[in-house]
Amino acid sequence: MEPIDEKLLAGNSRCELCAAGAARAPDTLSRRAFLRRAAVLSAAGIVLISPHAWAGRAFASSGNKNRLVVVFLRGAVDGMNVIVPHGDPIYYESRPTIAVGRTGSPGGVLDLDGYFGMHPALGPMMPLWKERTLAFVHACGSPDPTRSHFDAQDYMESGTPGVKSTQDGWLNRTLGQLPGAHGPTEALSMGATMPRILSGKMPAANMPLGRGAARPLPLDRPFIEAAFDRLYTGNDPISVAYRDGRMARKKLLAELEQDMTVADAGAPSPQGFSQDTDRLAHLMTRDPTIRVAFLALGGWDTHVSQGGAEGQLAGHLRPLAEGLASFKASLGQTWQDTTILVISEFGRTMHENGNAGTDHGHGNVMWVMGGPVRGGKVYGRWPGLQPGALYQERDLAITTDFRDPIAVVLATHMGLGDAQIDRIFPARPRPSGDASGLIKA
Amino acid sequence: MNDTGAISGQERPLHVLNRLAFGPRPGDVERVRQLGAERYIHEQLYPDAEVPIPESLRRKIAGYYTLHMSPLELFRTFQLPVIEVRRADKGAGNEALKSDLKAARIRQRIVLQEAIEARVARAIEGPRQLQELLTAFWFNHFNVFRGKGLDSIWTGSFEQTSIRPHTMGKFRALLGATAKHPAMLFYLDNWRNTAPGSPGARGKFDGINENYAREVMELHTLGVNGGYTQADVIALAHILTGWGIARKNPSPMLRREMLEPMARLRRGFGWRNANRMPPPSPSLFYFDPRRHDFSSKVFLGRTIQGAGISEGERALDILARHPSTAKHLSFELARFFVTDNPPDSLIGPMAARYLATDGDIREVLALMFAAPEFWQRRYYRSKFKSPYEYVISCARATGVEVRNYRPLYGTMQLLGQPLYGCLTPNGYSNTEDAWLNPDGMMMRLSFATALGNGNLPLDRPPFEEAAGEAAIGGPAARGGARRGAMNAKFAAPERPHPGPKMVPPDAVALTQTLGSGALGANTAQAVESAPPRLRTALILGSPEFMTR
Repeated sequence: MEPIDEKLLAGNSRCELCAAGAARAPDTLSRRAFLRRAAVLSAAGIVLISPHAWAGRAFASSGNKNRLVVVFLRGAVDGMNVIVPHGDPIYYESRPTIAVGRTGSPGGVLDLDGYFGMHPALGPMMPLWKERTLAFVHACGSPDPTRSHFDAQDYMESGTPGVKSTQDGWLNRTLGQLPGAHGPTEALSMGATMPRILSGKMPAANMPLGRGAARPLPLDRPFIEAAFDRLYTGNDPISVAYRDGRMARKKLLAELEQDMTVADAGAPSPQGFSQDTDRLAHLMTRDPTIRVAFLALGGWDTHVSQGGAEGQLAGHLRPLAEGLASFKASLGQTWQDTTILVISEFGRTMHENGNAGTDHGHGNVMWVMGGPVRGGKVYGRWPGLQPGALYQERDLAITTDFRDPIAVVLATHMGLGDAQIDRIFPARPRPSGDASGLIKA
Repeated sequence: MNDTGAISGQERPLHVLNRLAFGPRPGDVERVRQLGAERYIHEQLYPDAEVPIPESLRRKIAGYYTLHMSPLELFRTFQLPVIEVRRADKGAGNEALKSDLKAARIRQRIVLQEAIEARVARAIEGPRQLQELLTAFWFNHFNVFRGKGLDSIWTGSFEQTSIRPHTMGKFRALLGATAKHPAMLFYLDNWRNTAPGSPGARGKFDGINENYAREVMELHTLGVNGGYTQADVIALAHILTGWGIARKNPSPMLRREMLEPMARLRRGFGWRNANRMPPPSPSLFYFDPRRHDFSSKVFLGRTIQGAGISEGERALDILARHPSTAKHLSFELARFFVTDNPPDSLIGPMAARYLATDGDIREVLALMFAAPEFWQRRYYRSKFKSPYEYVISCARATGVEVRNYRPLYGTMQLLGQPLYGCLTPNGYSNTEDAWLNPDGMMMRLSFATALGNGNLPLDRPPFEEAAGEAAIGGPAARGGARRGAMNAKFAAPERPHPGPKMVPPDAVALTQTLGSGALGANTAQAVESAPPRLRTALILGSPEFMTR
């Protein structure tokens, strides 16, 4: 007898997130443990924001002060149920129990252009679509055929599909191409640890989510700070890093204090994702040196009981939509300078599976929103849903490489040249032109 | 101070303890002073003969019992239950089965947890420190990622059986052991690498996968500019077709339609045992001739005749003996042990020694530790510690008896270096560039302050042992009493620790541990003028302690 069923090894059990639960579990476990242990480092209360030049960067002279925010939906969101091809009967045939109903039916799609419609849980974003600051690029994604979350997320963050050895993330490389002085708050990631997409040579700040950000650190106590200050008075790299860290911390504390004052003024305290987007919006509006920000949301791996208008997927889409809508409100004027991308590693199967869910697929939809976006339009070439048009006869095909719309954003919105974008996305495919009008010139 | 001169006699004990160990534990500096640095280096190079392992540590390591399980046992114990529950459920969402599944997944975490704790325990308490540094070094060199599928249960075994026994032996043995471990076969996809059109090519085994073939040259042996071409990558991928993980028997149909005729054909060539499937080895390594490309290949300018598994062995021989490999490994070792930018004057002789000794790692290390570069003043405390090195060295220097490792590996994770958590095959960097940043400094000092104040509960076990059984419920206890206890240990909810907090490590003792002259004048003065209860934190958070 041989011990291992190859189907299981080969991932017929579908998903490394589910199959080897242990895979990501240790992270979750230790992270949760870590938060609870707060007492431990409560202490450590290790708050992580770095930066130097919060204060000092003269950006105004460099012209472009636009911002880019990337939201990563980890676990592969089912794009087909986000932006629904409700004009195609094949969609309804393929998904007997999880399809989102036709326009006008109870819980039906919110029609966009007669063919596509939005999932009803995205209702809070409808005003953005109507004012044309929300667009979608459908049948978009990474050309690499992998259906592994691990590999596909890695490729989408490194920006080099198929190349494992890339050390840094494409957002970090983007920082390297932005003109002017670089401070460590030029990029801000909201989360416990630095994500792959922002890892690399350029400094980036990391801020814990939720209430953790405001927890006092031992170093905030004046007599402790004074003692450490005496250790780091030189101009050596370690001393400089120390002083940059202190400066950033003080600035962060001041801003968080303001946040709380605002919150105390009667406004209900936002929960979950909205809380994070609100905090990010406040930081961005007060600190014009933040050019790039990143957030990630999990829970999209809907193999089982995905639901239609209601249910699991809807339950995750709703807070996302609310958070993004409230992000716009909190950004105020800054919305005019901000483009937000919502991406996910791959799409899901065209047909629902035997468990009223969907399995790992290929093509997906990218969301693009913000003041500079030429919205109210679903971009991309629609490949169709008939069996011959599907990727490997099971998934939505990809007609737009994910780097394509991002390159348009980097060029038109962030003001980067072709050669610079080639350094961010080495060996990218020739632009298809399908996303070319995505940003107002 | 003369930069190109040698470091002073007074600095030598701390220097070797910073470079051949994760810094001193209490008493180490004095011991090395009496022993002599050369003698200490000799001991560390021959740990089996020279450095006994204390009984307490031996017992502790023996107690991490998943560490001593074979990949086959690990699969049967921790993955099969998950599979069985899922089969029984068939997606019906049965609540009882759901909780069974959850319990089975929680049990899986034990494996990684034990690997992490064993690694950290040995790094802190183990007297064979060079062995521990090299384990970290070579694991990183042959990195696998705990988060990729089944590697969550195989990563510990990979380190225990493929890395640890070979850290100072012949590089070829290390290379072969890593190549055949299922953790590596799975991580770099070679288990799927299949000759197109071969009798075994079907389903997921649908063609060439060159991932491992590329990385073994780029990262493990020759180095990125080591003189190979894309054609060599493809040739090596074909050579390694069929190197995989033992699987279930093929279906009767397949056997009848394809395998039997193939076997007859092979018997016609006079191959013995051509039609027998071997029983699974506990290692789970399995060479599948049905998926191998038996044509002849040209690899790095040499013709390799089609012969089966021996082609791969031959290719690894070639790679291990290649001058580019000698240079690449020498550079990496010198960067890790001496300086971020090691000079050619050091790399050259190391590479030559490597080639002259058929890739004997111990010989190369011995040369490096005796080289004048290793003792130059300009390299004294010039290496910025990685998060792993920093956290381990803090625990060692304070002499705390650690019974709860979570705050330690949790801090590594926050500092961006989770243990076994590097996604990419190139492993973590070991240079100042990679690890010195404002964020990291704030976290290091927060950690130092918490440790110095006694706010890290390192000295007590993380859970009330009894709490777990009830929390887990029936299904988890299936594996028997011992397994149940393990569940309790890891799956019980955390709760506040009763009783007084840890006794803060003593600053005077810490200063003695580091030895006189370990702190510069500025730091010594700052420590002295600080309130006594802050002094330990300041020493651990000093620039001198950030470097090794």
